[in-house]
Amino acid sequence: MSTSLANAPLEIRAIGLPLERIEGRAKVTGTAPYAYEQTVADPLYLHPVQATIARGKIASIDSAAAKALPGVVAIITHENAPRLASDKDKELWVLQSDAVGFRGQFIGAVIAQTPEVARQAASLVRVTYAEQPHEAELRADRSDLYAPKQVNPDYPTDTDEGDVEAALKAAAVTIDQTYSTPWENNNPMEPHTTVATWGDGKLTLYDSTQGAHSVRTMLAPLFGLKPEQMRVIAPHVGGGFGSKGTPHAHDVLAGLAAQAVPGRPVKLALTRQQMFSLAGYRTPTIQHFRLGADREGRLTAIVHEVIEQTSRIKEFAEQTAVPTRLLYASPNRRTSHRLAALDVPVPSWMRAPGETPGVCGNEMAMDELAVACGLDPIELRIRNDPPVDPESGKPWSGRNLVGCLREGARRFGWDQRDPAPRSRERDGWLVGLGVASSTYPRYAMPGSVASIRYGADRRYAVRIGAADIGTGTWTALTQIAADALGCPVEAIRMEIGDTDQPNATVEGGSSGITSWGTTIVAAARAFRAEHGDAPREGAEASAGMPENPDEKRFAMHSFGAQFAEVRVNVDTGEIRVPRMLGVFSVGRIINPRTARSQFIGGMTMGLSMALHEESVMDPRFGHVVTQDRRAPADARRAGPALEPDGFARDRRDRHCRRGGGDRQRRLARHRNPRAPPADHAGQGPVLSANTATRSSVIGRLRAARPASDNS
Amino acid sequence: MNPFAYERASNAAGAVAAVAGHPGAAFLGGGTNLVDHMRLGVASPDLLVDITKLPFDRVEELPSGGVRIGAGVRNSDLAADQLIRSRYPMLSQALLSGASGQLRNLATTGGNLLQRTRCVYFQDVTTPCNKREPGTGCSAIGGYTRYHAILGASEHCVAVHPSDMAVAMVALDATVVVLGRLGERRVKLVEFHRLPGDDPWQDTVLGHGELIVAVELPALPFATRSAYRKVRDRASFAFALVSVAAALDVEGGTVRDARVALGGVAHKPWRATQAEAALRGAPATAESFRRAADAELAAARPLDGNAYKIPMVRNTMVAVLRDLSAEATP
Ligand SMILES: Cc1cc2nc3c(=O)[nH]c(=O)nc-3n(C[C@H](O)[C@H](O)[C@H](O)COP(=O)(O)OP(=O)(O)OC[C@H]3O[C@@H](n4cnc5c(N)ncnc54)[C@H](O)[C@@H]3O)c2cc1C
Ligand code: SF4
Repeated sequence: MSTSLANAPLEIRAIGLPLERIEGRAKVTGTAPYAYEQTVADPLYLHPVQATIARGKIASIDSAAAKALPGVVAIITHENAPRLASDKDKELWVLQSDAVGFRGQFIGAVIAQTPEVARQAASLVRVTYAEQPHEAELRADRSDLYAPKQVNPDYPTDTDEGDVEAALKAAAVTIDQTYSTPWENNNPMEPHTTVATWGDGKLTLYDSTQGAHSVRTMLAPLFGLKPEQMRVIAPHVGGGFGSKGTPHAHDVLAGLAAQAVPGRPVKLALTRQQMFSLAGYRTPTIQHFRLGADREGRLTAIVHEVIEQTSRIKEFAEQTAVPTRLLYASPNRRTSHRLAALDVPVPSWMRAPGETPGVCGNEMAMDELAVACGLDPIELRIRNDPPVDPESGKPWSGRNLVGCLREGARRFGWDQRDPAPRSRERDGWLVGLGVASSTYPRYAMPGSVASIRYGADRRYAVRIGAADIGTGTWTALTQIAADALGCPVEAIRMEIGDTDQPNATVEGGSSGITSWGTTIVAAARAFRAEHGDAPREGAEASAGMPENPDEKRFAMHSFGAQFAEVRVNVDTGEIRVPRMLGVFSVGRIINPRTARSQFIGGMTMGLSMALHEESVMDPRFGHVVTQDRRAPADARRAGPALEPDGFARDRRDRHCRRGGGDRQRRLARHRNPRAPPADHAGQGPVLSANTATRSSVIGRLRAARPASDNS
Repeated sequence: MNPFAYERASNAAGAVAAVAGHPGAAFLGGGTNLVDHMRLGVASPDLLVDITKLPFDRVEELPSGGVRIGAGVRNSDLAADQLIRSRYPMLSQALLSGASGQLRNLATTGGNLLQRTRCVYFQDVTTPCNKREPGTGCSAIGGYTRYHAILGASEHCVAVHPSDMAVAMVALDATVVVLGRLGERRVKLVEFHRLPGDDPWQDTVLGHGELIVAVELPALPFATRSAYRKVRDRASFAFALVSVAAALDVEGGTVRDARVALGGVAHKPWRATQAEAALRGAPATAESFRRAADAELAAARPLDGNAYKIPMVRNTMVAVLRDLSAEATP
């Protein structure tokens, strides 16, 4: 491939259009098969048996009554389960020993002709334990808190720059506060489901996962299989929020069960209740903040010390203080993470691990500082906006947080805010306005490969094992492929969600479209270089994700400003949020329609986290007791009463990438003449949602009904 | 979930006979509570007798001026009924504040009265619970009690009854009409649900095989001015933290009569008789309303996680009475 071709500008036609989801019709008519719905011949059904103690050993298992039930095919426990190859990951070391590490852990499973019989039989398995005392409560005063080697995924545990203690001592204004955030569970709409078949030394999984290839990479060696002996298929996934980013114990359980009944597919769907202990969750956090500032509100010291938990059987260290390293400027900064290893389920990725609780703590502390300095909270944030990345000293590829804050303030009516508490009352509701910054790193994961083949149907089959977890991957990648090949979207046949396709990195860290899109562009260029514009039938080419030299030159993150109107009932103290606005600086928008869903979804999750999502763990038992979405409110999202309103303007930077920018800019100007000024942008050689373009996007939520109304 | 047989009853006596003669049998209304419990292992009937085809689906005016509600009337239909909306607005409001549209379309009047507590330990078969398994202990005590009782609880159970509808019906002094093997009997709703005492597994005074056929509301002219206020975490699809149903009869600035009932505070929908007594004859002022609330709450005993309910009930009761009395004085 010639360099000139590799760097040729893309003619932007499909990218940026609000195309409907190409699988939308199949989904709303119920014909898009999710894992559990895949048609397989003669399936059996699996129901787990779970530990009812938090720590100890299994003394005995009596499955006679379960086995006697008509329809039961097999029962597996640690006594008879097939052996796994490695105990490196204790979460996946399923049914391999008599040890119990947390309440709810799998200790057995029933395989039966129907799901009902499997479930009934599982309830008949009698287990006795040698119980040991357990500890499940996260407290700041534990003596055994420890510093992990690094925090997720590979950030330093602690940082310390300058002299925070001296700066705090000298500061005109200081804030010293501790905030805690609760245990939270991901709870995607589609539960974790797997259909496993073991035949001819090969394991096939229909799995509800954010990464078919990552499931195979982690599980094939565990089952003693070569990669080519295992296939994972996941064309449609009903949400994951991180909990399907890595395989969990249920995948292993299904694989073991399939091994026990070779040739027969085994179907497993976790119940909603089981998902609270078996699919990862966000650790509770205890965050100690100390801020020092001068009278004008300029930060002189930031200290963010985090205490959180992991499971004794496997470490996961949430990077809660990491966003503090770049959000605001201060010459003296200290961040740290300490973990308590408890007898609790294994925490994992959940919806922006680190940023979600960490930015929440930051923004509360900044609000308190604004009050202490007598400053408007937006002005305080603007005064502390770092010109370059405080950590690395690199320039931002684009930040524009200040632009987002200013534009949001204008649209939201921030000037009507009276900072005095209880100053605005309307119809028995106290009304207040609030603001917060948001940020998320721009991740691109190396390792993806895409292939393109020109078929007899005169269409290009674009193959990459990517995942669509409801985000719009099918559609967005089709748009990218169409522009990369210079053909209409109808000429693209996207094929994703299968390890039979070329390797794709996980749909996690918001890296999917960036990584896969860039890979597809590289493959398209390879294809055109080899086969030209009039390929013969069967012409094929592939390429891996190219490197982006800008990654070394720039600090790449997205930013946003969130605004909320919050009402508190004078009589009852009820909290209602009738209105939210988000303004984001995020890079190139591939599809405004699907991007809009992402922003509205993210804002809804923030709202839910703040008001509804506490998972209540009872330390006496060691499990989440609010584990039923039919139970009281705690474990539910804010969804039903909200209705999005308005949206999203794409705009492009002057330095933007070659190809299509002009048209987009005109469109954006036309629709949005007063969009915030474009920020600086790096010029990467590849097209993706990278930093070459920045878009400001407006998301708006409005309560569907008046705050006090009936459902 | 255990295997079960299913029958559809074609007449009331047959339904009663089928369930009464079979210890593992249960009536099936809309199934929105019972079927959940079967999935969770909280209930495991081996025979379901479906009563939704019985002719109990009407709301009728009684010669006395009251209203008779068939036990099979769906919550949505009852909330929308013209008689109910005009004569007992608090009942319509209570129904509409419950669950979701889909659930209300299924849920029946009889099933709503008999829905069981949402206590998280009751619903989790891996934890001890006296209500679910007599004698095993009460996990809520010392545990998660944000939703639990402040009135009338015992050391054996601190659960609350979750129904909104029943709170309004108790304020209206409803009567439950029950058919058993020996014929019909009538029970005042206020005596229908029990306090937990030392046998919390008994939610109500209903015996096995007794079928609710109707609920009767007596005439109460001043209930045309009544309201139901439900305090909850979300504006929709959430159970009550606390709720207040009230009707107020005010003349010349004085309370002639009042009806007040509380939800989310006790093992049963709580008729606030102390508050009612304090209100009768008192001036219709915020001060009187506060005093009435305090009279009712004098007996309140909060748990670790629910002391907030005492001021919440007080404020909500005062607010509801204030709004009703404001309506009364033009
Ligand atoms: C997600 C969710 C949210 C909810 N939110 C609320 C809320 O906010 N407020 C609220 O008040 N409720 C709420 N509910 C509860 C709902 O109101 C009840 O589930 C419903 O009213 C039960 O009625 P049903 O006809 O479905 O009863 P079923 O489930 O059919 O029966 C319940 C019980 O009553 C018995 N039974 C039924 N009919 C009769 C009869 N005629 N005679 C004798 N026994 C009978 C059954 O045997 C069973 O034991 C909610 C429920 C869910 C699932
Ligand atoms: S409060 Fe009642 S229902 Fe809840 S655990 Fe205790 S006994 Fe069971």
